[in-house]
Amino acid sequence: MTANVLFDIPGPRARRRHRIGTFVGGLVVLALIGLGLWRLGSNGQLEAERWAVLFDSSSGVPQAFGRALVDTLQVAAVGMVAATVLGALLAVGRLSDHAWVRVPVTTVIEFFRAVPLLILILFCLLYLPTVGLDIGPFGALALGLTLYNMAVLAEIFRAGILSVDRGQREAAFAIGMRKYQVMTLVLLPQAVRRMLPVLIAQLVVLLKDSSLGFIVGYFELLRQARSLVEFFNFRFGDRYTFQIYVAAAVIYIVVNVLLSLLARYVERRTRTNRKTAATEELELPADVQMGGGGGTV
Amino acid sequence: MSFLADNFTLLRDAFLTTLSLAVVSGICALVIGTLLTAMRVSPVAPLRGAAGFYVEVFRNTPLTVVFFFLAFGIVQIDLQFPSRFITAVAALSLYTAAFVSEALRSGINSVPPGQAEAARALGLDFRQTLTSIVLPQAFRTVVPPLGNVWIALAKNTSIAAGFAVTDLTAALQRLTNQNADQLLVVFLAIVCGYLVITLPSAWLIGVIERRTAVLR
Repeated sequence: MTANVLFDIPGPRARRRHRIGTFVGGLVVLALIGLGLWRLGSNGQLEAERWAVLFDSSSGVPQAFGRALVDTLQVAAVGMVAATVLGALLAVGRLSDHAWVRVPVTTVIEFFRAVPLLILILFCLLYLPTVGLDIGPFGALALGLTLYNMAVLAEIFRAGILSVDRGQREAAFAIGMRKYQVMTLVLLPQAVRRMLPVLIAQLVVLLKDSSLGFIVGYFELLRQARSLVEFFNFRFGDRYTFQIYVAAAVIYIVVNVLLSLLARYVERRTRTNRKTAATEELELPADVQMGGGGGTV
Repeated sequence: MSFLADNFTLLRDAFLTTLSLAVVSGICALVIGTLLTAMRVSPVAPLRGAAGFYVEVFRNTPLTVVFFFLAFGIVQIDLQFPSRFITAVAALSLYTAAFVSEALRSGINSVPPGQAEAARALGLDFRQTLTSIVLPQAFRTVVPPLGNVWIALAKNTSIAAGFAVTDLTAALQRLTNQNADQLLVVFLAIVCGYLVITLPSAWLIGVIERRTAVLR
């Protein structure tokens, strides 16, 4: 439903009221932004020289951020690939006809979805070394992200497979295909195409969650920013703190917005695709749409 | 097992901290999120723009970064939260509000346009259409997504541990230092603490969802 059903096409008086509302609303928004900028300015945070350090390669800041971005993307990429593969396997397992496969797989999925991601990462970091599996902060972060997201992705895949029109499955069985053929040749190819936008949305969440590395001591963007700040504080005092934090946040937001745009683009393409658009609108479990909201999201 | 008894007060306080973090930020997020949604469907363009911008920014920022800014960044504009707990509540509610707003807006979008058109045809104005026709239906379809936002929020409170709030995760870190030989029990105890919050919530959401479902 679009917003314009909710109110009439405005007449002259309503238009005047809206103009006043627009003016006042705009003023409030501008005032808030202005207040923030003014406070920053009066603390000298907006001096060009303070921001210049972010682009000055002799200070080492751009290189450090570049390395941190690569490290962040690395851990996220490992998590994405592993979680997607394991998630697909778990989804098929959960849809299995055999209870001895379905029940344990369902338990695994439900367990990993119910536990906070940070706890999983800490478990990998603190417990696994005591049983002889020392995987370091990178491994712990990647494994934690994988375990959590494979459970979420399994639900996404399952929803996708279930959303394929029932007739497809029945027709495939009717022409004599085996179960695995139905799954691999008929259901999965259709499901994956329709799942793509949600899949990418979940990968954005995964990338966001890699910032938890800050807490477990992996040098991703945020921790790199913190150590840069400590380094600069030591040499120049509390001079570049704000600028470096802002830069880290902006890098995160830009990367995530780019991925979200990709998701939207893929979604538009799948919607206009004749092959996938024939079946009805996809209904996903709501928690999958929400994407955990971080470690959840 | 004796350590569970030894550290009972620590675990209990940590559990209560986690629970109150989740509840307080949940309520704040609901209020902010509802306001944001009202702004996003309003006829006033700057409000629509501002709310849309807010949601887009917060959805694409890691919660850790939000925490980080509220803990270390805002001193630069001469603001300071009175305590760590309130910093955590502010971060969690600002972040979750964006998702609440998304859930509510998708709920409003799920009400068939015919409902609003019929309301408009009967001569109800914007406020009446929204409060007596659209929102009551939207709130029902919104129960499951909002419930999941709540569960995600309960799990997200664990990040507060990284910013000096003694919640369950912080208790975990403290206990693992003291009880290196009983790590598995420590982890189990902490995980149970979270499950005590999330599993009954999931069950309750299921019940409410069945009770309020709208047949379409």
